[in-house]
Amino acid sequence: MEYEAVIGLEVHAELLTDSKIFCSCASKFGGAPNTHCCPGCLAMPGTLPILNKHAVELGIKAALALNCEILPYSRFDRKNYFYPDLPKAYQISQNDFPLAVNGYINIETEQGIKKIGIKRAHLEEDAGKLIHSEHGDYSLVDFNRSGAPLIEIVSEPDLNTPREAWLYLTKLKSILEYTEVSDCKMQEGSLRCDANVSIRAKGSEKLGTKTELKNMNSFRAIERALEYEIERQKRVLEKGEEVIQETRRWDDARGITITMRTKEEAADYRYFPDPDLPPIVIEKDFIEEVRSKIPELSHERKERYIREFGLPEYDAGVLTDSKKLSDFFEECVNKYPDAKKVSNWIMVELLAILNAEGKEIEDISLTPDNLVKMLNMIDKGTISGKIAKTVFREMLDTGKDPSKIVEEKGLVQLSDEDELEKIVDIVLNENQQSVDDYKNGKDRAFGFLVGQVMKATRGKANPKIVNKLLREKIDG
Amino acid sequence: MKITKDDIEYIADVAMLYLNEEKKEHYTEELNVVLNQIAKLGELDTKDVEPTVHILPLKNVWREDKIEPSLDSEQVFMNTENGEEGFFRVPKIIED
Ligand SMILES: [Zn+2]
Repeated sequence: MEYEAVIGLEVHAELLTDSKIFCSCASKFGGAPNTHCCPGCLAMPGTLPILNKHAVELGIKAALALNCEILPYSRFDRKNYFYPDLPKAYQISQNDFPLAVNGYINIETEQGIKKIGIKRAHLEEDAGKLIHSEHGDYSLVDFNRSGAPLIEIVSEPDLNTPREAWLYLTKLKSILEYTEVSDCKMQEGSLRCDANVSIRAKGSEKLGTKTELKNMNSFRAIERALEYEIERQKRVLEKGEEVIQETRRWDDARGITITMRTKEEAADYRYFPDPDLPPIVIEKDFIEEVRSKIPELSHERKERYIREFGLPEYDAGVLTDSKKLSDFFEECVNKYPDAKKVSNWIMVELLAILNAEGKEIEDISLTPDNLVKMLNMIDKGTISGKIAKTVFREMLDTGKDPSKIVEEKGLVQLSDEDELEKIVDIVLNENQQSVDDYKNGKDRAFGFLVGQVMKATRGKANPKIVNKLLREKIDG
Repeated sequence: MKITKDDIEYIADVAMLYLNEEKKEHYTEELNVVLNQIAKLGELDTKDVEPTVHILPLKNVWREDKIEPSLDSEQVFMNTENGEEGFFRVPKIIED
């Protein structure tokens, strides 16, 4: 039988506020354990939550960028459960009246544009972080993340393949980054994703029993976990057995999903309105004010790069995939108007190195200023394009000024004709065979001679002058 | 709706409360009285009444996004005997 998968994703993104959602402790990642905590974060009796207005603004901003409807009334509820990283024994979340509902984003699949529905987006607080102690039969808790603001974005089960899930996440991440709602760093936990997946006979309307997948630490891991789980469910059905509704943990090293042992049969969170927090009433003016702060998004930038700079669609797409890379490109173009040249250096040299080393633009020391300086040095003939690659690599690693690198390494281009002429003479003397070949019509021999001069000058010779001198000498 | 002893046992279980047999009987009886009272409200015609989102006549009580100093380490661990190298020590939870 042919099966079809039905996938829904729940994404949690940490909001880029300065302070936490219900208290004034710093919300930034890191810091020594339990140093960003107040009595509220630690759930001391008698403490009260006070909502951070900026968290609401960022939530609305994300919801608008995701084409959601902002509900005029929304409210916080208590989600009750016991876990050592949750000191109040409830999480403040939104259940019955979320901030926003009914949105969508478009993904570009190989079959064309596909609209993926967004069921709801709501605000909630993060929990603390549990660390399993190496010695002894206990765990350790750090409450720095306790009360950090989160937006939870729940998709409709509109995704049918692991690839579509990957495309959805990539697009969602791009939107959250461009709107500066979240920095979306999965390795720091500021973006997390759980997946619900079931399978059914292709063409059938009836949904199969779903499983929930947890513990995926990258988009690739989510794609792999879904691939594995879909195959597992197929095998279960083909054996004539039934899929059990359960939560399964992804084991990345082994590439499999494993049943998580749960104490209670089904989670019963006993949601009820949090009496400590009055409702949020969103007026039209407030929505419009937030809407006016939504910047150009990735697909809009992509279109502008094609239109204004004449970049190929593929290049424009790659440059705008990540906001940080796109911002870097724009800063360069502001100072060096030949956008195609800038794009070339980024597309060919920069991305090759970043991809090979698994790095992002923010992990390297290269600045737009230094790249522009280097391009100007090429234009002026101070360095050759070839030498520039050496300088470029050095700038990436050290962040040094290119003129300083050229000076320190003695990389200035050799443009002195008298000096080059001496070298050209030596090369011609030593390679009479190539000279003859060239005269007999073998064009390749000329390139060989240029190469020999470059070699003799360790790549520093100005190729234009070398070409000119060689032609003068051979052609007479 | 009638609350049974099974319901009381379930509620006690998810709330992590220990109830002896006597208490279970007691709460089964008492909660039924409470729920019967509340059921009376269902007799009212609420066709033209807006649903209550929240019981407080307040809205948008919020603050600006400003950081204030957090507690110092001594204060954080003042009420516990389970501090360990800047962390709180808690029972281990085994998930799989
Ligand atoms: Zn706090």
